[in-house]
Amino acid sequence: MIWNPQYETMPRRELEKLQLERLKSLVARVYDKVPFYRQALQERGITANSISSLGDLPKLPFTVKQDFRDNYPFGLLAVPLQQVCRIHASSGTTGKPTIGPYTANDLRMWTEVMARTLSCAGMTKDDVMQNAYGYGLFTGGLGFHYGGERVGATVIPSSTGNTKRQLMLIQDLGTTVITCTPSYSLILAEAAVEMGVDLKLSKLRLGVLGAEPWSEQMRSEIQTKLPIKAIDIYGLTEVVGPGVCVECPAQCGMHIFEDHFLAEIVDPQTGNPLPYGQKGELVITTLTKEALPVMRFRTKDITSLNPEPCKCGRTLMRMSKVTGRTDDMLIIRGVNVFPSQIESVLLEVEGVEPHYLIIVDRLHHLDDLEIWVEVSEAVFSDEMRKMEALQKKVKDEMESTLGIGARIKLVEPKSIARTEGKARRVIDRREL
Amino acid sequence: MKTKQVSVFVENQPGRLVAMLEALRANDINIRALSVSEGGDFGIVRLILSDPKKGTNALRDAGFIVKETIVVQREIPDRPGGLLETIAPLARAGINVEYFYAYLDPTPGRATIVLKVSDMDRAEEILGQ
Repeated sequence: MIWNPQYETMPRRELEKLQLERLKSLVARVYDKVPFYRQALQERGITANSISSLGDLPKLPFTVKQDFRDNYPFGLLAVPLQQVCRIHASSGTTGKPTIGPYTANDLRMWTEVMARTLSCAGMTKDDVMQNAYGYGLFTGGLGFHYGGERVGATVIPSSTGNTKRQLMLIQDLGTTVITCTPSYSLILAEAAVEMGVDLKLSKLRLGVLGAEPWSEQMRSEIQTKLPIKAIDIYGLTEVVGPGVCVECPAQCGMHIFEDHFLAEIVDPQTGNPLPYGQKGELVITTLTKEALPVMRFRTKDITSLNPEPCKCGRTLMRMSKVTGRTDDMLIIRGVNVFPSQIESVLLEVEGVEPHYLIIVDRLHHLDDLEIWVEVSEAVFSDEMRKMEALQKKVKDEMESTLGIGARIKLVEPKSIARTEGKARRVIDRREL
Repeated sequence: MKTKQVSVFVENQPGRLVAMLEALRANDINIRALSVSEGGDFGIVRLILSDPKKGTNALRDAGFIVKETIVVQREIPDRPGGLLETIAPLARAGINVEYFYAYLDPTPGRATIVLKVSDMDRAEEILGQ
Protein backbone atom coordinates (compact mmCIF):
# COMPACT_ATOMS: atom_id res chain seq x y z
CA MET A 1 0.00 0.00 0.00
CA ILE A 2 1.14 3.52 -0.78
CA TRP A 3 0.71 5.62 2.36
CA ASN A 4 0.94 9.01 0.71
CA PRO A 5 0.21 8.70 -3.02
CA GLN A 6 0.47 12.46 -3.54
CA TYR A 7 4.17 12.50 -2.77
CA GLU A 8 5.14 8.89 -3.41
CA THR A 9 3.78 8.79 -6.97
CA MET A 10 4.33 12.43 -7.91
CA PRO A 11 5.55 12.86 -11.50
CA ARG A 12 9.30 13.40 -11.31
CA ARG A 13 9.21 16.80 -12.94
CA GLU A 14 6.76 18.01 -10.32
CA LEU A 15 8.78 16.36 -7.57
CA GLU A 16 11.94 18.08 -8.76
CA LYS A 17 10.14 21.43 -8.77
CA LEU A 18 9.10 20.83 -5.18
CA GLN A 19 12.64 19.81 -4.25
CA LEU A 20 14.07 22.96 -5.81
CA GLU A 21 11.64 25.17 -3.91
CA ARG A 22 12.44 23.42 -0.66
CA LEU A 23 16.18 23.49 -1.35
CA LYS A 24 16.14 27.25 -1.88
CA SER A 25 14.21 27.74 1.30
CA LEU A 26 16.67 25.47 3.14
CA VAL A 27 19.65 27.48 1.93
CA ALA A 28 17.96 30.73 2.99
CA ARG A 29 17.08 29.25 6.37
CA VAL A 30 20.52 27.87 7.27
CA TYR A 31 22.17 31.05 5.98
CA ASP A 32 19.98 33.00 8.35
CA LYS A 33 20.02 30.70 11.39
CA VAL A 34 23.21 28.64 11.49
CA PRO A 35 26.52 30.53 11.66
CA PHE A 36 28.42 27.42 10.57
CA TYR A 37 26.48 27.27 7.29
CA ARG A 38 26.45 31.03 6.82
CA GLN A 39 30.22 31.07 6.92
CA ALA A 40 30.52 28.11 4.56
CA LEU A 41 28.10 29.74 2.09
CA GLN A 42 29.75 33.14 2.35
CA GLU A 43 33.13 31.60 1.61
CA ARG A 44 31.67 30.38 -1.67
CA GLY A 45 29.71 33.57 -2.30
CA ILE A 46 26.43 31.67 -2.37
CA THR A 47 22.94 32.69 -1.29
CA ALA A 48 19.53 31.12 -1.92
CA ASN A 49 19.42 33.18 -5.14
CA SER A 50 22.42 31.29 -6.52
CA ILE A 51 20.26 28.16 -6.72
CA SER A 52 18.13 28.17 -9.84
CA SER A 53 17.98 24.45 -10.56
CA LEU A 54 18.83 21.17 -8.84
CA GLY A 55 21.90 21.17 -11.06
CA ASP A 56 23.26 23.93 -8.84
CA LEU A 57 23.43 21.53 -5.91
CA PRO A 58 27.19 20.90 -6.29
CA LYS A 59 27.77 24.61 -5.60
CA LEU A 60 26.70 24.03 -2.01
CA PRO A 61 29.28 23.02 0.61
CA PHE A 62 29.32 19.55 2.13
CA THR A 63 28.61 18.76 5.77
CA VAL A 64 30.67 15.99 7.37
CA LYS A 65 30.46 14.03 10.61
CA GLN A 66 33.34 16.04 12.04
CA ASP A 67 31.18 19.18 11.74
CA PHE A 68 28.74 17.61 14.20
CA ARG A 69 31.59 17.07 16.62
CA ASP A 70 33.06 20.54 16.13
CA ASN A 71 29.66 22.10 16.78
CA TYR A 72 28.65 19.76 19.60
CA PRO A 73 26.09 19.84 21.11
CA PHE A 74 23.87 22.59 19.70
CA GLY A 75 26.02 24.58 17.26
CA LEU A 76 24.16 23.27 14.20
CA LEU A 77 20.68 23.98 15.58
CA ALA A 78 18.56 26.16 13.31
CA VAL A 79 15.90 26.81 15.95
CA PRO A 80 16.04 27.91 19.59
CA LEU A 81 16.47 24.96 21.96
CA GLN A 82 12.99 25.69 23.38
CA GLN A 83 11.50 24.49 20.10
CA VAL A 84 13.32 21.17 20.28
CA CYS A 85 10.92 18.48 21.55
CA ARG A 86 13.20 15.50 21.57
CA ILE A 87 16.86 14.61 21.19
CA HIS A 88 18.17 11.28 19.97
CA ALA A 89 21.85 10.44 19.60
CA SER A 90 24.23 7.99 18.00
CA SER A 91 27.93 7.49 18.43
CA GLY A 92 30.33 10.17 17.32
CA THR A 93 33.84 9.56 16.10
CA THR A 94 35.22 9.96 19.63
CA GLY A 95 33.72 10.10 23.11
CA LYS A 96 30.96 12.58 22.28
CA PRO A 97 27.75 11.41 20.61
CA THR A 98 26.19 12.77 17.44
CA ILE A 99 23.04 14.64 18.37
CA GLY A 100 19.74 14.28 16.53
CA PRO A 101 17.26 16.95 17.69
CA TYR A 102 13.65 17.25 16.48
CA THR A 103 11.05 20.01 16.58
CA ALA A 104 7.36 19.11 16.78
CA ASN A 105 7.16 19.39 12.98
CA ASP A 106 10.24 17.20 12.61
CA LEU A 107 8.59 14.51 14.73
CA ARG A 108 5.45 14.74 12.59
CA MET A 109 7.54 14.45 9.43
CA TRP A 110 9.50 11.52 10.90
CA THR A 111 6.31 9.70 11.87
CA GLU A 112 4.97 10.34 8.37
CA VAL A 113 8.04 8.90 6.63
CA MET A 114 8.04 5.94 9.02
CA ALA A 115 4.35 5.30 8.23
CA ARG A 116 5.28 5.42 4.54
CA THR A 117 8.23 3.12 5.24
CA LEU A 118 6.17 0.47 6.99
CA SER A 119 3.37 0.68 4.41
CA CYS A 120 5.87 0.45 1.59
CA ALA A 121 7.34 -2.66 3.25
CA GLY A 122 3.86 -4.15 3.23
CA MET A 123 2.50 -3.52 6.71
CA THR A 124 -1.12 -2.45 7.25
CA LYS A 125 -3.32 -1.42 10.16
CA ASP A 126 -4.34 -5.05 10.60
CA ASP A 127 -0.82 -6.13 11.49
CA VAL A 128 0.73 -6.79 14.89
CA MET A 129 4.17 -5.21 14.83
CA GLN A 130 6.77 -6.35 17.35
CA ASN A 131 9.44 -3.70 17.54
CA ALA A 132 12.72 -5.24 18.62
CA TYR A 133 14.83 -2.19 17.86
CA GLY A 134 16.38 -0.59 20.95
CA TYR A 135 14.27 2.04 22.70
CA GLY A 136 16.24 4.97 24.00
CA LEU A 137 18.75 7.34 22.46
CA PHE A 138 18.92 5.10 19.39
CA THR A 139 16.47 6.32 16.73
CA GLY A 140 15.32 2.80 15.80
CA GLY A 141 13.02 2.14 18.75
CA LEU A 142 10.88 5.26 18.85
CA GLY A 143 11.08 5.87 15.10
CA PHE A 144 9.47 2.52 14.30
CA HIS A 145 7.15 2.77 17.27
CA TYR A 146 5.42 5.97 16.21
CA GLY A 147 5.42 4.97 12.55
CA GLY A 148 3.70 1.70 13.45
CA GLU A 149 1.09 3.48 15.54
CA ARG A 150 0.50 6.00 12.77
CA VAL A 151 -0.21 3.19 10.31
CA GLY A 152 -2.71 1.91 12.84
CA ALA A 153 -1.05 -1.42 13.52
CA THR A 154 -0.90 -3.00 16.98
CA VAL A 155 2.57 -2.12 18.24
CA ILE A 156 4.47 -4.21 20.78
CA PRO A 157 7.47 -2.24 22.12
CA SER A 158 9.53 -5.30 22.99
CA SER A 159 12.86 -3.48 22.44
CA THR A 160 16.11 -5.44 22.14
CA GLY A 161 17.24 -8.58 23.89
CA ASN A 162 15.49 -11.24 25.95
CA THR A 163 15.11 -13.55 22.99
CA LYS A 164 12.98 -16.12 24.81
CA ARG A 165 10.44 -13.48 25.72
CA GLN A 166 10.48 -12.15 22.15
CA LEU A 167 9.58 -15.63 20.91
CA MET A 168 6.86 -15.99 23.51
CA LEU A 169 5.32 -12.67 22.44
CA ILE A 170 5.50 -13.62 18.76
CA GLN A 171 3.51 -16.77 19.50
CA ASP A 172 1.11 -15.51 22.15
CA LEU A 173 0.25 -12.11 20.69
CA GLY A 174 0.15 -13.23 17.09
CA THR A 175 2.95 -10.99 15.85
CA THR A 176 2.86 -10.63 12.07
CA VAL A 177 5.62 -8.07 11.54
CA ILE A 178 9.00 -8.10 13.25
CA THR A 179 11.21 -5.02 13.15
CA CYS A 180 14.83 -5.53 14.22
CA THR A 181 18.36 -5.78 12.86
CA PRO A 182 18.87 -8.51 10.23
CA SER A 183 21.33 -10.33 12.46
CA TYR A 184 18.84 -10.36 15.33
CA SER A 185 16.21 -11.92 13.09
CA LEU A 186 18.59 -14.86 12.61
CA ILE A 187 19.19 -15.08 16.35
CA LEU A 188 15.42 -15.34 16.81
CA ALA A 189 15.31 -18.09 14.18
CA GLU A 190 18.06 -20.09 15.88
CA ALA A 191 16.67 -19.64 19.37
CA ALA A 192 13.30 -20.85 18.11
CA VAL A 193 14.91 -24.03 16.76
CA GLU A 194 16.70 -24.59 20.08
CA MET A 195 13.48 -24.15 22.02
CA GLY A 196 11.58 -26.42 19.69
CA VAL A 197 9.36 -23.59 18.48
CA ASP A 198 8.28 -23.79 14.83
CA LEU A 199 7.96 -20.18 13.72
CA LYS A 200 6.45 -21.37 10.43
CA LEU A 201 3.34 -22.05 12.52
CA SER A 202 3.36 -18.47 13.86
CA LYS A 203 1.62 -15.58 12.13
CA LEU A 204 4.94 -13.88 11.24
CA ARG A 205 4.96 -12.75 7.62
CA LEU A 206 7.15 -9.65 7.32
CA GLY A 207 10.46 -8.35 8.66
CA VAL A 208 11.54 -4.72 8.33
CA LEU A 209 15.25 -5.00 8.93
CA GLY A 210 17.97 -2.41 9.10
CA ALA A 211 20.53 -0.47 11.14
CA GLU A 212 23.37 -2.61 9.77
CA PRO A 213 24.57 -3.63 6.31
CA TRP A 214 23.51 -7.04 5.07
CA SER A 215 23.89 -8.98 1.86
CA GLU A 216 21.51 -10.73 -0.50
CA GLN A 217 22.87 -14.06 0.80
CA MET A 218 21.86 -13.05 4.29
CA ARG A 219 18.44 -12.07 2.99
CA SER A 220 17.86 -15.50 1.50
CA GLU A 221 19.07 -17.13 4.72
CA ILE A 222 16.60 -15.04 6.73
CA GLN A 223 13.77 -15.76 4.31
CA THR A 224 14.52 -19.48 4.46
CA LYS A 225 14.77 -19.73 8.23
CA LEU A 226 11.85 -17.43 9.03
CA PRO A 227 8.43 -17.27 7.39
CA ILE A 228 8.97 -13.63 6.48
CA LYS A 229 9.64 -11.38 3.55
CA ALA A 230 12.79 -9.54 4.59
CA ILE A 231 12.65 -5.85 3.70
CA ASP A 232 15.70 -3.58 3.89
CA ILE A 233 15.53 -0.05 5.30
CA TYR A 234 18.10 2.70 5.62
CA GLY A 235 18.48 5.82 7.70
CA LEU A 236 20.90 7.72 9.89
CA THR A 237 20.73 9.94 12.95
CA GLU A 238 22.29 12.95 11.23
CA VAL A 239 19.44 12.98 8.72
CA VAL A 240 16.39 11.73 10.65
CA GLY A 241 16.99 8.14 11.81
CA PRO A 242 15.16 5.32 10.01
CA GLY A 243 12.70 6.57 7.40
CA VAL A 244 15.07 7.87 4.72
CA CYS A 245 14.33 5.02 2.36
CA VAL A 246 12.91 1.51 2.26
CA GLU A 247 12.34 -1.35 -0.15
CA CYS A 248 8.91 -2.13 -1.55
CA PRO A 249 7.87 -5.79 -1.88
CA ALA A 250 9.64 -5.86 -5.29
CA GLN A 251 12.87 -5.86 -3.23
CA CYS A 252 14.84 -4.08 -5.92
CA GLY A 253 16.22 -0.97 -4.28
CA MET A 254 15.05 1.33 -1.49
CA HIS A 255 12.68 4.17 -2.35
CA ILE A 256 13.98 7.46 -1.03
CA PHE A 257 11.35 9.83 0.32
CA GLU A 258 12.61 12.55 -1.92
CA ASP A 259 10.16 15.24 -0.93
CA HIS A 260 12.08 15.32 2.38
CA PHE A 261 15.52 13.98 1.51
CA LEU A 262 17.53 14.96 -1.53
CA ALA A 263 20.06 12.30 -2.47
CA GLU A 264 23.19 12.49 -4.60
CA ILE A 265 26.08 10.15 -5.29
CA VAL A 266 29.54 11.67 -5.37
CA ASP A 267 33.04 10.42 -5.96
CA PRO A 268 34.39 9.88 -2.43
CA GLN A 269 37.82 11.25 -3.40
CA THR A 270 36.95 14.31 -5.47
CA GLY A 271 33.44 15.04 -4.21
CA ASN A 272 32.28 15.41 -7.81
CA PRO A 273 28.75 14.22 -8.65
CA LEU A 274 28.49 10.79 -10.27
CA PRO A 275 25.81 9.76 -12.79
CA TYR A 276 22.89 7.49 -11.92
CA GLY A 277 23.79 3.84 -11.62
CA GLN A 278 27.39 4.50 -10.69
CA LYS A 279 28.57 3.50 -7.23
CA GLY A 280 29.87 6.23 -4.97
CA GLU A 281 29.28 7.99 -1.67
CA LEU A 282 25.71 8.83 -0.75
CA VAL A 283 25.16 12.50 0.10
CA ILE A 284 21.88 13.64 1.63
CA THR A 285 20.32 17.06 2.04
CA THR A 286 17.31 17.40 4.34
CA LEU A 287 14.67 19.49 2.61
CA THR A 288 12.16 19.99 5.42
CA LYS A 289 13.91 19.32 8.70
CA GLU A 290 13.74 22.26 11.09
CA ALA A 291 15.81 21.58 14.21
CA LEU A 292 18.99 20.39 12.56
CA PRO A 293 18.82 20.63 8.79
CA VAL A 294 21.83 19.19 6.97
CA MET A 295 23.14 20.43 3.69
CA ARG A 296 24.87 17.80 1.54
CA PHE A 297 25.77 15.46 4.38
CA ARG A 298 28.49 12.99 3.42
CA THR A 299 27.10 9.67 4.70
CA LYS A 300 30.29 7.75 3.84
CA ASP A 301 28.01 4.91 2.74
CA ILE A 302 28.73 3.44 -0.69
CA THR A 303 25.70 2.85 -2.91
CA SER A 304 24.13 3.91 -6.22
CA LEU A 305 20.86 5.54 -7.31
CA ASN A 306 18.26 4.46 -9.84
CA PRO A 307 15.60 7.01 -10.96
CA GLU A 308 13.63 4.57 -13.16
CA PRO A 309 9.97 4.12 -12.19
CA CYS A 310 9.26 1.03 -10.10
CA LYS A 311 6.55 -1.53 -10.72
CA CYS A 312 5.09 -0.70 -7.31
CA GLY A 313 3.93 2.61 -8.77
CA ARG A 314 6.22 4.86 -6.78
CA THR A 315 8.12 7.48 -8.76
CA LEU A 316 10.65 7.83 -5.96
CA MET A 317 14.25 7.15 -6.82
CA ARG A 318 15.70 3.89 -5.54
CA MET A 319 18.97 3.39 -3.71
CA SER A 320 20.77 0.04 -3.89
CA LYS A 321 21.90 -1.88 -0.80
CA VAL A 322 24.80 -0.22 0.97
CA THR A 323 27.91 -2.16 0.00
CA GLY A 324 30.57 -0.48 2.09
CA ARG A 325 31.96 2.60 3.77
CA THR A 326 34.44 5.23 2.70
CA ASP A 327 35.78 5.45 6.26
CA ASP A 328 36.69 2.96 8.97
CA MET A 329 33.32 3.03 10.73
CA LEU A 330 32.11 -0.38 11.81
CA ILE A 331 28.53 -1.30 12.50
CA ILE A 332 28.49 -3.79 15.34
CA ARG A 333 25.16 -5.10 16.57
CA GLY A 334 23.54 -2.12 14.89
CA VAL A 335 25.76 0.36 16.71
CA ASN A 336 28.20 2.61 14.88
CA VAL A 337 31.72 2.13 16.16
CA PHE A 338 34.70 4.21 15.10
CA PRO A 339 38.23 2.97 15.79
CA SER A 340 39.00 6.53 16.90
CA GLN A 341 36.51 6.11 19.78
CA ILE A 342 38.47 3.11 20.99
CA GLU A 343 41.69 5.06 20.76
CA SER A 344 40.23 7.95 22.77
CA VAL A 345 39.13 5.58 25.54
CA LEU A 346 42.61 4.04 25.75
CA LEU A 347 44.21 7.46 25.90
CA GLU A 348 42.09 8.24 28.92
CA VAL A 349 43.06 5.13 30.87
CA GLU A 350 46.33 6.11 32.44
CA GLY A 351 49.38 4.18 31.31
CA VAL A 352 47.64 2.13 28.65
CA GLU A 353 49.23 2.31 25.24
CA PRO A 354 46.97 3.52 22.45
CA HIS A 355 48.00 0.46 20.45
CA TYR A 356 45.00 -1.70 19.82
CA LEU A 357 43.50 -4.17 17.43
CA ILE A 358 39.79 -4.56 16.88
CA ILE A 359 38.60 -8.00 15.91
CA VAL A 360 35.02 -8.23 14.79
CA ASP A 361 33.50 -11.59 14.10
CA ARG A 362 30.02 -13.00 13.77
CA LEU A 363 29.49 -15.92 16.12
CA HIS A 364 26.08 -17.58 15.89
CA HIS A 365 24.76 -14.58 13.97
CA LEU A 366 25.73 -12.20 16.73
CA ASP A 367 28.47 -9.68 16.17
CA ASP A 368 31.37 -10.23 18.52
CA LEU A 369 33.80 -7.49 19.43
CA GLU A 370 37.23 -8.20 20.86
CA ILE A 371 39.74 -5.46 21.49
CA TRP A 372 43.40 -6.26 21.95
CA VAL A 373 45.22 -3.73 24.07
CA GLU A 374 48.98 -3.66 24.44
CA VAL A 375 50.29 -3.65 27.98
CA SER A 376 53.08 -1.24 28.91
CA GLU A 377 55.50 -1.33 31.85
CA ALA A 378 53.61 1.63 33.31
CA VAL A 379 50.52 -0.46 33.93
CA PHE A 380 52.02 -3.89 34.38
CA SER A 381 51.77 -5.25 37.90
CA ASP A 382 53.09 -8.41 39.52
CA GLU A 383 49.68 -8.77 41.18
CA MET A 384 47.01 -10.50 39.11
CA ARG A 385 44.11 -8.70 40.74
CA LYS A 386 45.58 -5.36 39.66
CA MET A 387 45.87 -6.62 36.10
CA GLU A 388 42.31 -7.88 36.21
CA ALA A 389 41.16 -4.54 37.62
CA LEU A 390 42.91 -2.81 34.71
CA GLN A 391 41.22 -5.13 32.24
CA LYS A 392 37.84 -4.41 33.84
CA LYS A 393 38.44 -0.67 33.84
CA VAL A 394 39.21 -0.67 30.12
CA LYS A 395 36.19 -2.85 29.50
CA ASP A 396 33.83 -0.60 31.48
CA GLU A 397 35.11 2.60 29.89
CA MET A 398 34.87 0.99 26.47
CA GLU A 399 31.28 -0.11 27.03
CA SER A 400 30.23 3.26 28.32
CA THR A 401 31.71 5.05 25.31
CA LEU A 402 30.81 2.57 22.58
CA GLY A 403 27.43 1.57 23.95
CA ILE A 404 28.11 -2.10 23.31
CA GLY A 405 30.01 -4.78 25.18
CA ALA A 406 33.52 -5.77 24.20
CA ARG A 407 35.99 -8.39 25.34
CA ILE A 408 39.31 -6.87 26.28
CA LYS A 409 42.41 -8.92 25.72
CA LEU A 410 45.64 -7.64 27.21
CA VAL A 411 48.57 -8.51 24.95
CA GLU A 412 52.34 -8.12 24.92
CA PRO A 413 53.75 -5.08 23.19
CA LYS A 414 54.36 -5.55 19.46
CA SER A 415 51.75 -8.33 19.38
CA ILE A 416 49.83 -6.01 17.13
CA ALA A 417 51.49 -6.01 13.74
CA ARG A 418 52.71 -2.64 12.58
CA THR A 419 52.83 -2.12 8.87
CA GLU A 420 55.08 0.70 7.74
CA GLY A 421 54.94 2.14 11.22
CA LYS A 422 51.18 2.31 11.22
CA ALA A 423 49.23 -0.41 12.93
CA ARG A 424 46.46 -2.29 11.24
CA ARG A 425 43.61 -1.45 13.55
CA VAL A 426 40.70 -3.55 12.43
CA ILE A 427 40.19 -7.16 11.45
CA ASP A 428 36.62 -7.73 10.37
CA ARG A 429 36.00 -11.43 9.90
CA ARG A 430 32.27 -11.11 9.33
CA GLU A 431 31.05 -12.25 5.96
CA LEU A 432 28.20 -9.90 5.38
CA MET B 1 65.34 -10.46 53.92
CA LYS B 2 64.11 -8.25 51.11
CA THR B 3 65.03 -9.29 47.63
CA LYS B 4 64.29 -8.37 44.02
CA GLN B 5 61.74 -10.35 42.08
CA VAL B 6 61.41 -10.03 38.32
CA SER B 7 57.83 -10.27 37.01
CA VAL B 8 57.08 -10.85 33.34
CA PHE B 9 53.87 -10.39 31.36
CA VAL B 10 53.49 -13.45 29.18
CA GLU B 11 50.68 -14.01 26.71
CA ASN B 12 48.90 -17.30 27.06
CA GLN B 13 49.99 -18.91 23.80
CA PRO B 14 52.44 -21.61 22.76
CA GLY B 15 56.04 -20.44 22.55
CA ARG B 16 55.95 -17.37 24.75
CA LEU B 17 57.27 -19.12 27.86
CA VAL B 18 60.01 -20.71 25.76
CA ALA B 19 60.98 -17.30 24.37
CA MET B 20 61.26 -15.97 27.91
CA LEU B 21 63.42 -18.89 29.05
CA GLU B 22 65.64 -18.60 26.00
CA ALA B 23 66.32 -14.96 26.78
CA LEU B 24 67.47 -15.93 30.27
CA ARG B 25 69.65 -18.82 29.11
CA ALA B 26 71.29 -16.75 26.42
CA ASN B 27 72.44 -14.37 29.14
CA ASP B 28 73.51 -17.13 31.48
CA ILE B 29 70.95 -16.28 34.11
CA ASN B 30 69.76 -18.98 36.48
CA ILE B 31 66.22 -19.23 37.83
CA ARG B 32 66.25 -19.83 41.58
CA ALA B 33 62.48 -19.91 41.99
CA LEU B 34 59.39 -19.08 40.03
CA SER B 35 55.63 -18.96 40.17
CA VAL B 36 53.03 -18.40 37.47
CA SER B 37 49.76 -16.64 38.05
CA GLU B 38 47.35 -17.31 35.25
CA GLY B 39 44.70 -14.97 33.96
CA GLY B 40 42.52 -15.75 30.96
CA ASP B 41 44.61 -14.54 28.06
CA PHE B 42 47.88 -13.94 29.85
CA GLY B 43 49.97 -14.98 32.81
CA ILE B 44 52.29 -13.23 35.22
CA VAL B 45 55.55 -15.13 35.65
CA ARG B 46 57.40 -14.19 38.84
CA LEU B 47 61.07 -15.06 38.99
CA ILE B 48 63.87 -15.05 41.55
CA LEU B 49 66.99 -14.85 39.40
CA SER B 50 70.69 -15.30 39.99
CA ASP B 51 71.14 -11.73 38.70
CA PRO B 52 67.88 -9.72 38.73
CA LYS B 53 69.28 -6.61 37.03
CA LYS B 54 70.84 -8.55 34.17
CA GLY B 55 67.71 -10.68 33.92
CA THR B 56 65.45 -7.64 33.68
CA ASN B 57 67.56 -6.16 30.92
CA ALA B 58 67.74 -9.44 29.01
CA LEU B 59 63.98 -9.88 29.12
CA ARG B 60 63.31 -6.28 28.19
CA ASP B 61 65.67 -6.58 25.24
CA ALA B 62 63.73 -9.65 24.16
CA GLY B 63 60.61 -7.46 24.05
CA PHE B 64 58.95 -8.51 27.28
CA ILE B 65 57.10 -6.28 29.71
CA VAL B 66 59.05 -6.63 32.91
CA LYS B 67 58.75 -5.25 36.40
CA GLU B 68 61.12 -5.48 39.34
CA THR B 69 59.39 -5.80 42.68
CA ILE B 70 60.72 -6.00 46.20
CA VAL B 71 59.58 -9.15 47.93
CA VAL B 72 60.47 -10.77 51.26
CA GLN B 73 62.44 -13.98 51.18
CA ARG B 74 62.77 -16.13 54.24
CA GLU B 75 64.06 -19.54 55.09
CA ILE B 76 61.64 -21.87 56.80
CA PRO B 77 62.13 -25.32 58.35
CA ASP B 78 61.23 -28.11 55.92
CA ARG B 79 58.92 -30.05 58.24
CA PRO B 80 55.20 -30.24 59.03
CA GLY B 81 54.00 -26.89 60.42
CA GLY B 82 57.11 -25.07 59.20
CA LEU B 83 55.22 -22.70 56.93
CA LEU B 84 52.40 -22.18 59.40
CA GLU B 85 54.76 -21.08 62.17
CA THR B 86 56.36 -18.57 59.83
CA ILE B 87 53.18 -17.12 58.40
CA ALA B 88 50.92 -17.04 61.44
CA PRO B 89 52.57 -13.99 63.07
CA LEU B 90 51.84 -11.99 59.93
CA ALA B 91 48.14 -12.78 60.20
CA ARG B 92 48.15 -11.77 63.86
CA ALA B 93 49.75 -8.46 62.91
CA GLY B 94 46.99 -7.87 60.35
CA ILE B 95 49.31 -8.18 57.36
CA ASN B 96 47.70 -9.57 54.25
CA VAL B 97 49.60 -11.86 51.90
CA GLU B 98 49.14 -10.86 48.25
CA TYR B 99 50.90 -13.98 47.00
CA PHE B 100 53.73 -16.28 47.92
CA TYR B 101 55.60 -19.25 46.62
CA ALA B 102 58.18 -21.62 48.03
CA TYR B 103 61.15 -23.66 46.95
CA LEU B 104 63.31 -26.30 48.58
CA ASP B 105 66.76 -25.22 49.60
CA PRO B 106 69.69 -27.39 48.45
CA THR B 107 70.52 -27.74 52.14
CA PRO B 108 68.46 -30.64 53.50
CA GLY B 109 65.82 -29.66 56.05
CA ARG B 110 65.40 -26.15 54.78
CA ALA B 111 63.01 -24.42 52.39
CA THR B 112 62.58 -20.80 51.33
CA ILE B 113 59.43 -18.79 50.85
CA VAL B 114 59.02 -15.66 48.77
CA LEU B 115 56.27 -13.32 49.92
CA LYS B 116 54.53 -10.22 48.70
CA VAL B 117 52.52 -8.65 51.51
CA SER B 118 50.55 -5.48 52.21
CA ASP B 119 53.25 -4.04 54.49
CA MET B 120 56.71 -5.16 53.46
CA ASP B 121 58.66 -3.30 56.17
CA ARG B 122 56.63 -4.66 59.06
CA ALA B 123 56.61 -8.13 57.53
CA GLU B 124 60.39 -8.11 57.35
CA GLU B 125 60.54 -6.99 60.96
CA ILE B 126 58.16 -9.69 62.13
CA LEU B 127 59.79 -12.43 60.12
CA GLY B 128 63.16 -11.43 61.45
CA GLN B 129 66.36 -12.89 60.05
